[in-house]
Amino acid sequence: MYVAVKGGEKAIDNAHRLMAEERRGDASVPELTVEQILQQMSLAVDRVMSEGSLYDPWLAALAVKQARGDLVEAIFLLRAYRTTLPRLYDSLPVDTAAMDVRRRISATFKDVPGGQVLGPTFDYTHRLLDFSLAAGGAPEAAVKEAVEGEGEPSLSRVMDLLADEGLVDRPAEDGTKPVGDITKDPMTFPAPRDVRLQNLARGDEGFLLALGYSSQRGFGDNHPFAGEIRMGEVAVSICPDELGFEVEIGDITVSECEMVTSFKGSKDELPRFTRGYGLSFGYNERKVMAMSLVDRSLQARELGEDIVAPSQDEEFVLYHSDNVEAQGFVQHLKLPHYVDFQADLVMVRAMRAEILKRAESKAETGEAA
Amino acid sequence: MTVAQAPASTEAGYNYGYLNEQTKRMIRRAILKAVAIPGYQVPFAGREMPMPYGWGTGGIQLSASILGPDDIFKVIDQGADDTTNAVSIRKFFARVTGVETTEKTGEATVIQTRHRIPETPLTEGQIMVYQVPIPEPLRWVEPRETETRKMHALEEYGVMHVQLYEDIARHGRIATNFMYPVKVNGRYIMSPSPIPKFDNPKLDNSPALHVFGAGREKRIYAIPPYTEVKSLDFEDFPFTVETWDECCALCGAEDSYLDEVILDDAGERMFVCSDTDYCATRRSQGHFGPMAGREDLAELTGAASENEGRNA
Repeated sequence: MYVAVKGGEKAIDNAHRLMAEERRGDASVPELTVEQILQQMSLAVDRVMSEGSLYDPWLAALAVKQARGDLVEAIFLLRAYRTTLPRLYDSLPVDTAAMDVRRRISATFKDVPGGQVLGPTFDYTHRLLDFSLAAGGAPEAAVKEAVEGEGEPSLSRVMDLLADEGLVDRPAEDGTKPVGDITKDPMTFPAPRDVRLQNLARGDEGFLLALGYSSQRGFGDNHPFAGEIRMGEVAVSICPDELGFEVEIGDITVSECEMVTSFKGSKDELPRFTRGYGLSFGYNERKVMAMSLVDRSLQARELGEDIVAPSQDEEFVLYHSDNVEAQGFVQHLKLPHYVDFQADLVMVRAMRAEILKRAESKAETGEAA
Repeated sequence: MTVAQAPASTEAGYNYGYLNEQTKRMIRRAILKAVAIPGYQVPFAGREMPMPYGWGTGGIQLSASILGPDDIFKVIDQGADDTTNAVSIRKFFARVTGVETTEKTGEATVIQTRHRIPETPLTEGQIMVYQVPIPEPLRWVEPRETETRKMHALEEYGVMHVQLYEDIARHGRIATNFMYPVKVNGRYIMSPSPIPKFDNPKLDNSPALHVFGAGREKRIYAIPPYTEVKSLDFEDFPFTVETWDECCALCGAEDSYLDEVILDDAGERMFVCSDTDYCATRRSQGHFGPMAGREDLAELTGAASENEGRNA
């Protein structure tokens, strides 16, 4: 006899053991090390850090291993760990203009000061399965070419060059209030842009990809151009109160995307372009591109645009972007619900019985007549 | 809530009750506010827990914030102490607090639940902790939080009665069977969490404190002891609860909420108490239902798996 979900501790413990066994796979195949994942599955590690909202490549790699490669599960593991960590300092804003770039491209200008750096990218690979990878062996070494901007302390962002000309707005800096943090305060609406950007940075890549795509297909079109995409290392600094001066605590890899989007102007204002922004830990180019499209869409309210498309609707986007929340609520449907189902079952049976009884008595009176 | 100073955790590397003291203080403040405004949903900065959203993270955060070393803790899911998630949550708290656990409703000081209120009447000093998926009773008529908050503020609840009326017009009855909306203290309309409407009357003027936690939606609300809780209805369509033609097949109870269990492919079924403690207690007092003696059902009565899922 099948007794639903009444198995107790023994069943749970056994399920965990089975899971561990399947994670390990065939014991005659060498076990994957965290270091191997860190080195050779680096884009998985980067996505987990980005949506897990914790910069720690080793822990992210461990999470990927523990989750058997299920990245949403790995993100959840990292988040659950993150929430137990003490919060010692807020870092100062990172300066991405001072990034040590490994990749930097602009789709809006043929050349930009500092030059374009293609860097490591899938963009122009032919998507042919490379059977030589199955055989192993060392890859051909990349030839290091002198890059125009290399060694320079700062590479101007394309958007800053446009802003200098007044062609795009420079977001107003407001140092008077602390930056919002959705991990410390519940989200409220209307949500300010700092909160929206934090939400998107932690948001599910697939969700943002679909939303950004929908905006391109006309559900709230923004006419986007990739003003600049860059990826590389930036320094992180803190300024402890007890010291009163900045201390650099390390470098992190980030990806950044700035979209130049539809222009606007009016009787009183010169026409100028609008912009969307995306930033993430690690190398997550698709994510930051999608994020910058959605960031732009969500500015509809501030820019006085009609809110007609899903990507412009901040309650819709911000409440549904988090994959840790979404995967939990979708999957909780597999927990027992038989008490509530019984309630519906009792009612539907009663309703059917009533209707059948009525039909029967009608038939009887019909026959009698 | 007997904890003055945080005792040490039994789990190395983690604070007593898993959450750090600042987080617990933030949650206790939200509980106090919720108690002060019965039925009002207090936003709180819910934390990510080591269980998925949907597995009771709201209730778990509440329990973590109120459990002290002197408490006795009971966890039920679907009315049963031995459902997998109830076992898992009870084990978690035994691990991070070392708190004493029980299956006896009468012994417990804190009872965390999903989808049921025990049949045994609650008493003064007990705290019921509910796991809540969607805290907003107006969500099914208005998906936007910005709108529903306004509706609560203005006590603009007509739409709820319209929905109940539409049920009657379409089906000849109110077709909401669980998560049945209630009005608390004559002011806020509140979701009692997905308990069957069978349990709604137990909330009215209950001597216990009822606290509700929605982790994913980041809301806490409460019903203080001895508060009026009224299920929405109409004078000519009064609120009613579900009834069964059968009694519990194991203990013979006629007053408890029953689960239906399908026994074989031929469609043989039985109805048993969803509240396992209530059922077992009745049987130990010598009450037996029509199928109590059947050996093939020993697994359901617990006779075959004694001590399993129990955690002293």
